[in-house]
Amino acid sequence: MNQSAHQFFRHRNYRLLLLITEIVVLYLAAAALTGFNSSAWLATDKGIIWLAQNFIPNANSLQYMPDILAQLWQTFLIAVAAASCAAVIAVVLGMLGAQNVGLSKWKVGWLIRGFASVMRNIPIVAWAMILLFSFKQNELTGFLALLFMNIGFLTRAFLETFEDFDVKKMEAIQTTGATYTTSVVQAMLPETAVPLIEWLLYMIENNIRDATLVGLLTGTGIGFIFDLYFKSLQYGAAGMVVVSIAVLVIFLEISSNRIGRLIR
Amino acid sequence: MEQRAVIESQVRVRAKKKRRLNRRKLTINSVLTVLGILTIYTLATIVPAHFKVIEAVNEFMGNLKIMFLSPNVGNDTFSKLLSALGQSIYLAGLTTIAGAFGGFVMALLSANNLAPRWLSQIMKSLMASIRAIPTILWVLIYSVSLGLGADAAVIGLTFHSVAYLAKVFANSIEELPQDTIEALKVGGIGILPIIAQAVIPTVKSRLLSWTFIRFEINFANAVVVGAAAGAGGIGYQLYMASSFYFDFHEVGMIIYLILAFTFGLELVSRRLRAKFIEA
Repeated sequence: MNQSAHQFFRHRNYRLLLLITEIVVLYLAAAALTGFNSSAWLATDKGIIWLAQNFIPNANSLQYMPDILAQLWQTFLIAVAAASCAAVIAVVLGMLGAQNVGLSKWKVGWLIRGFASVMRNIPIVAWAMILLFSFKQNELTGFLALLFMNIGFLTRAFLETFEDFDVKKMEAIQTTGATYTTSVVQAMLPETAVPLIEWLLYMIENNIRDATLVGLLTGTGIGFIFDLYFKSLQYGAAGMVVVSIAVLVIFLEISSNRIGRLIR
Repeated sequence: MEQRAVIESQVRVRAKKKRRLNRRKLTINSVLTVLGILTIYTLATIVPAHFKVIEAVNEFMGNLKIMFLSPNVGNDTFSKLLSALGQSIYLAGLTTIAGAFGGFVMALLSANNLAPRWLSQIMKSLMASIRAIPTILWVLIYSVSLGLGADAAVIGLTFHSVAYLAKVFANSIEELPQDTIEALKVGGIGILPIIAQAVIPTVKSRLLSWTFIRFEINFANAVVVGAAAGAGGIGYQLYMASSFYFDFHEVGMIIYLILAFTFGLELVSRRLRAKFIEA
């Protein structure tokens, strides 16, 4: 008994050691292949210190505030519009694709899943660059890039939400003589509304971050003015942009938590 | 008398439930109304004046057709593109390993059943503020102090991974009953043995599958960083092909390569998720 307990722990220690070795080897291999110099970890604090020294908004950078706020508002609007339009499309696609909802006689589920997967997995960088070519440097480009990515993401999320829904509730309403549409509107949508809205709010929050990136690439919105200030070495103003993005994202996170609590 | 009290309490419960349902309905309706108004306003103002939408859409469709129907390697070779894809994968792997390590430490400090309340609050707010700043900005910030290249990309991407994993890891750890941990603490067991013998064995598989999900996200981020911060990899090739050479054949090939890899990841991730997170 004692012997076997001893063996058990030795065996476990051995496995733990093996796991740690594997991870370390993976890390070293990846570091060598990417040309990463591990001593750069020691410079982590330098970045933070540099950030604190240069990026702290000062009185001088306050004069940029009206510009920054205008761009931030525009970015927020685009984030909301892209997520909401995508949500409308995703509700329709999700219902068509969900296997349990009853539209599955067309057998389009796999097609919709595949479509969502492609839309989601094409990097947003690629969407931005391709769209930039035809739609030029304006906000429509950023909107469309976010929209495409959001359609992919939300379609999959909604589809899975619908598949979790118990269709017996819809059938129960239908036996009372209600039409199919009524049963969807009265039973399924109200029941799934909470998760759908939570996904939508998450998407909006995520869009703010992605919009910064799209803006960097397409020269619009908040990403563009960050790039502008950053490259012209106006770090105070650039810091102001970073702070305002962070404040907006945190504000959205807090509001969506609060909304989540109200609708639960 | 007693019966009346029971009925009254039932009525109260029902009224409470009804109030909750009303509040829920009101909240959902107002959220949807606000979002709807904002969306309609944006859509009405987003198209620039004198912009030829139909022409742009046609051109865009034409480009999509070139991309997806006739992909080729353009100015590069296939092996060069593959090795660029490899670069992005290594970058994602490296930042995920580093992020998981850092994230685990941060999660221990921010889980409210392990860390003291004040520490947990501070750590959670700190992680939330790191998460609020987009990854690309972290990379750009570090590229000033470390120079453009792999070092800045790795540290910038790791920052966001640590903050993300700290949150989801802490959520997993917090699902461990407080009583269990209290009992062990009362039993005189130190915090490190509790972590090693109780916490890690319980949450191990969940942490692994979250780490894998982060790997998917980090791959997408690695592509982004290559394109927007010149950190190399497939993202850089994508950027060059689309905005320098305007070669949509090559863009198509690069997108197919990325899709092939991400589809593989998605399959693995779906299995892991079904096994560890939803079960």
